Amino acid sequence: MKRSKPISSSKSLKTPRLDVRSRAELKALQSLMATAVFRPLTAQDGMQPRWIDGGKTSDLASTFIKPNDRLTSFDRLEIYNRVYWFRVLDCLYDDYPGLRAILGERKFMKLITAYLAKYPSASFTLRNLGSRLETFLRDEPRWVAPRPELALDMIRFEWAQVVAFDDGARPAITPDDILDARPEKLRLGLQPYLSLLELNYEVDEFLVAVKKSESAVLRSEASNTFEAMPHASGPEKRIRLPKRKRIHLAVHRHDNMLYYKRLDPEGFVILTALREGASVEDACLRGLSSTKRIGIDWSEEIKDYFNNWASLGWFCRFSKK
Amino acid sequence: MPANSFNNFTEYGIGIGLRVPHYRHILSQKPVVDWFEIISENFMVDGGRPLEVLDSILEQYRVVQHGVAMYFGSADRLSREHLKKLKRLVKRTKTPWLSDHLCWGSVDGRYTHDLLPMPYTFAAAKATADNIREARDFLEVPICVENVSSYAEFHASEMTEWEFLSEVVERADCGILLDVNNIYVSSQNHNFDPYDYLNNVPPDRVGQIHIAGHSKFEKYILDTHDHPVLDPVWKMYAHAVKLVGRTATLLEWDDSIPTFDEVHNEALKANQFVEKLENAPA
Ligand SMILES: [Fe+2]
Repeated sequence: MKRSKPISSSKSLKTPRLDVRSRAELKALQSLMATAVFRPLTAQDGMQPRWIDGGKTSDLASTFIKPNDRLTSFDRLEIYNRVYWFRVLDCLYDDYPGLRAILGERKFMKLITAYLAKYPSASFTLRNLGSRLETFLRDEPRWVAPRPELALDMIRFEWAQVVAFDDGARPAITPDDILDARPEKLRLGLQPYLSLLELNYEVDEFLVAVKKSESAVLRSEASNTFEAMPHASGPEKRIRLPKRKRIHLAVHRHDNMLYYKRLDPEGFVILTALREGASVEDACLRGLSSTKRIGIDWSEEIKDYFNNWASLGWFCRFSKK
Repeated sequence: MPANSFNNFTEYGIGIGLRVPHYRHILSQKPVVDWFEIISENFMVDGGRPLEVLDSILEQYRVVQHGVAMYFGSADRLSREHLKKLKRLVKRTKTPWLSDHLCWGSVDGRYTHDLLPMPYTFAAAKATADNIREARDFLEVPICVENVSSYAEFHASEMTEWEFLSEVVERADCGILLDVNNIYVSSQNHNFDPYDYLNNVPPDRVGQIHIAGHSKFEKYILDTHDHPVLDPVWKMYAHAVKLVGRTATLLEWDDSIPTFDEVHNEALKANQFVEKLENAPA
């Protein structure tokens, strides 16, 4: 194709127009537009009228986006700004029904907006959008005041479900595979999709109640579609918040169905030790030394633990990574 | 019979997008469908239900991969990690070709999850074509790039969108996934004649066609994929088929998804245009 004369030319010195004559200039244009797209919306779900430097966003938009007979440069850029925020907020809205029920809709929306403003998506897939929520809230617990502990418990629990849904599985080890192994030497790996959680609240029962009261939430698919800003539908039905109680949970899948299973504190200690690389013998010793329960035949109990965990397919070959 | 080197699968017929609400119906009823298009990224996971469903589908159906996050038009180089994950999936599905969009969507590892429009310049075309070539060489599968719908145009542009598309595919030597709904949406948003677009893309490079529904707002049209295909889009489809011949065609329906049969019946309407074309006197 013959090189035609560029259409864009700097009409006024005040608003220089961005050219794209190299990969570097393409990058500059894309960085600028991405910065605009990632900026949070106003309370009225519009694009912020002021740019980062205090100038007008409309002036900035007109340096690179053409207006048409119906829309200004600002209007056109705003479409992308809105679509981005509707999409990412909608995704977290669906992925964190438990956290949403704890905080209430308004507070939840404020929190995830602040989170995404600080941590824009860093993955090609929306599946990972909430991956840094825990880090964010450990740094800025004010977003979940006055219940930071409860909120953190719920975030960890809900993220564990994302992991359990589609994280990898390695070939499972059966009791027969390790029949001859010596427990002081034997190390066992745990499936990547299995999460072990020590929590201060009974968030599992709470989430079951929340989900029952909501229609089943389907993981939304990645696609080139516009989605409406999620908003509360009608008055919120508040479910009684969970009581404070130390629990231990395994979040896992079986036959590709998601499950959460309460663990004895000792079982939790053993599994956590195995995950950290302890030998089976060491892990069991750690489990026993942690116990406060008396009158239990621990050799039987531990045998039951291992049979149960093996039958669920939780064990795999240990690898250092 | 292949029409040409970029349209090797003329007998593929009419496909529909594989979507979660239809899983149960498809797996239990096993309806006859020419082929399914999957969103690659939904299956670029390490395990669990998504891959189990995919494997069941693969046992009975032909599957073609369609991506939404390769971002050929991003100024940054393609991510090797992403390509490796994608290649694992390509090996699993044995997709005969693979498509993604002529757009950008990420900068410096930050993702917009959107299909953002390109400035139509020669430098942008070259950068994009280089990315497409790199992807094809790595993935070892033919690639078709899809025109997106857009809501903004750049001052920097040096040519029309169809000239840009042509420039990119000639430079990359790849195929086109022609989305006639996207052309219609953009023509309304940017005041051009959609038939100028259709008449000016290289027809021998079109390897697949997309049709879809859209939503009209007061001042612009949005590509929502939540409606049946509208009349002007069917007319454009008929014209496109006249230009490019029998071509694998897919209906996209991603939101407010009705029953499987409703989606499938809407897609099969495309057949009448192909048959009309083939029954027309030479
Ligand atoms: Fe499309």
